[in-house]
Amino acid sequence: MTFKKAKLAPLALAAAALAGALFVPAAHAADQFVPLLVYRTGQFAPLGIPWADGKQDYLKLVNAKGGINGVKISFEECETAYDTAKGVECYERLKNKNGGAAGFDTQSTGITFAVTDKAPGDKMPIITVGYGLSQSADGKVFEWNFPMLGNYWTAADSIVQDILKKEKGSLKGKKIALVYHDSPYGKEPIPLLQKRAAKEGFELTLLPVTAPGVEQKSTWLQIRQQRPDYVLLWSAGVMTPTAVREAQATGYPREKVYAVWWAGSDHDVKDIGAGAKGYNTVTIHNTADRDKVHDEVKAQLYDKGQGTAKDPKELGQMAHTRGMVISMLQVEAIRTAQEKFGKGKVMTPEQVRWGMENLNLTQERLNELGFGKIIRPIKTSCDNHLGTDWARIATWDGSKFVVTSDWYQADKSLVEPLVKEYAEKYAKEKNVKPRTCS
Amino acid sequence: MFYRENGQFKSSYAADQQIFAVAQDRYAIWLIVALAFLVVPFVASDYTFQAVLIPFLIMALGALGLNILVGYCGQISLGTAAFMAVGAYAAYNLQARIDGMPLLLALIGGGLVAMVFGVVFGLPSLRIRGLYLAVATLAAQFFVDWLTTRAAWVTNHSSSGSVSAKPLAILGWQIDTPMEKYLLCLAILCVLALAAKNLVRSAIGREWMAMRDMDVAASVIGIRPMYAKLTAFAVSSFIVGIAGALWGFVHLGAWEPAAFSLDRSLQLLFMIIIGGLGSVVGSLFGAAFFVLLPLLLNQIPHWLGLPISTATATYLEHMIFGALIVFFLIVEPHGLAKLWSTARQKLRVWPFPH
Repeated sequence: MTFKKAKLAPLALAAAALAGALFVPAAHAADQFVPLLVYRTGQFAPLGIPWADGKQDYLKLVNAKGGINGVKISFEECETAYDTAKGVECYERLKNKNGGAAGFDTQSTGITFAVTDKAPGDKMPIITVGYGLSQSADGKVFEWNFPMLGNYWTAADSIVQDILKKEKGSLKGKKIALVYHDSPYGKEPIPLLQKRAAKEGFELTLLPVTAPGVEQKSTWLQIRQQRPDYVLLWSAGVMTPTAVREAQATGYPREKVYAVWWAGSDHDVKDIGAGAKGYNTVTIHNTADRDKVHDEVKAQLYDKGQGTAKDPKELGQMAHTRGMVISMLQVEAIRTAQEKFGKGKVMTPEQVRWGMENLNLTQERLNELGFGKIIRPIKTSCDNHLGTDWARIATWDGSKFVVTSDWYQADKSLVEPLVKEYAEKYAKEKNVKPRTCS
Repeated sequence: MFYRENGQFKSSYAADQQIFAVAQDRYAIWLIVALAFLVVPFVASDYTFQAVLIPFLIMALGALGLNILVGYCGQISLGTAAFMAVGAYAAYNLQARIDGMPLLLALIGGGLVAMVFGVVFGLPSLRIRGLYLAVATLAAQFFVDWLTTRAAWVTNHSSSGSVSAKPLAILGWQIDTPMEKYLLCLAILCVLALAAKNLVRSAIGREWMAMRDMDVAASVIGIRPMYAKLTAFAVSSFIVGIAGALWGFVHLGAWEPAAFSLDRSLQLLFMIIIGGLGSVVGSLFGAAFFVLLPLLLNQIPHWLGLPISTATATYLEHMIFGALIVFFLIVEPHGLAKLWSTARQKLRVWPFPH
């Protein structure tokens, strides 16, 4: 037998390359570094792609306009495929890069749970616009988490308010079913809905759907039998179009289906077209609308061939707009921090955290940024990391989503005790000493 | 030549029976262990600890547990992630429900609960084998997926169904830096790997291997199939359960049921097939291959400054990784461990290949 060196060569090469790679110190740069955790592959990719494109497009726009007080933004994507372990690896890889990341938008409930644990030790802000841990709105316990603009509890409450309006103020004796993705994400609205059910006197039926959600026949059979007056849909990815098709097949009126924002993206219902007419979704603030920022992105990036999305039509889709909103909040937090710690300087993660906690976007400022119609003024503080939680209902008219309701805000008397209760529970479990906000 | 064994005589049974009979191997192992404990903690970065070394150590532990069952006893299992999940949730419950529960006891308790669970799901192995058993263990996977998402008591009535571990501490030693977490995982892996190595060299290990090679012949020569198979399930699930508890407590900190999905089971099975079935060191090789290589492949385009999109890079990573698995299986169907032992043999007899 001869010694087959060829067999071992690739191994040795890989080992050597790896050893070299792992111990290279991070380079420093004069750019503000924003890491982008994305999922462009995997089962939730249809949502993840426009979302990721939106985040990147806005950062590119800021750079095209000269950066934040002259500080350019550098960014790097890391693919998580919605997998928690991969997301943790991305977080670890990027957190100290280029002098420290300006905070993470994890784009996943699972990754949020995992990094929430690490953030206080790393002194790293976590921004979760419209998802994440609902109780992390309590800034006293969750110093580093920023679930801005709304969470699943405020979303559920706004939906119930819209239903209440349709039912002329009373839901007594009505039946509402929650069809949800059987994961922490899908279960989030349950405590709030239970409270609402007790208050309004409606009956809440919980119908879990096993991930990824392509198998829903039995769920919709139950709906056909029980005939709930409304169906709330807490789905993600492939589960959404499947649910709409099942509703169509069962003959359940789509007008009575209300989806959470992640199940209300154009690509979810586009292919079903007229079959999904009447399908409702709640929006984070008013992300279904278009505003000046879209025109700017089109003029500055897409017209010059520098846009992130392959198809410029993606611009203006809800998921894409949400991505831009997230980036905008991060950028404004950095700007706010610069006002305190020095304009034109690169902010450390701790300084960015301060910026996020002292964010004050007035209507004038939002108009200036081109988001005036999309979000309402938001002001965060030490004990309120949510800001304000406006929401509107958008309805699919057969070819696009149109905003069909007035502004809603969650009932504070329901949401705030829940936030407090769950935050206290978390603090007790984790031995977190809540800080005082004075 | 590289391994001169001249003059190494064994004059006692103890010397004859040690794990590494050749002195150079012994020194190499001590050197590696010393490096891992004394040098790596000072040179590796936090990223290396958290994203590379800790997952590698924990996955190596999981692969080791699975290797005992599949590699040594020949009982194919597709439910490894389920046993990991049982270990993780059991350890979590022990900590959540008993005030002041020490971390080590919680981990061991998690392992013990996983062991009981493994034995119960190992019972079908007494009647069925091969592919049929693989499908039966798949049932364990689905059962645990169902249990962890639906039974509220498993997650201590957490509203969202996800749980998080308490701060880690052993006898006043607060384990909060990545380096300390790495040392904890490393110590546990060393202890369990040593125990596993000794088990597979002992009578019970020979019984497992006899069952694997031909169960009818084994029972003819007096090996009790029930005892052999169930002990393999017990030992394997214990180790896998501890790996699961570490994955949840140390690596993720907070986790949802999806952390222990079927994907994880298959990944562990691939690890031991690539690493080498029926070999302790093969479990380490397999885990290294599966944890490190995708990271490396994912980073290469970035280092080279290739302007390809994140999605393309990920697909490329999957393609190259898949191709490498096929390549290694073709050049060495017995895994990386066999490749290593062949290389070692060559070094021993070089330059006279006979």
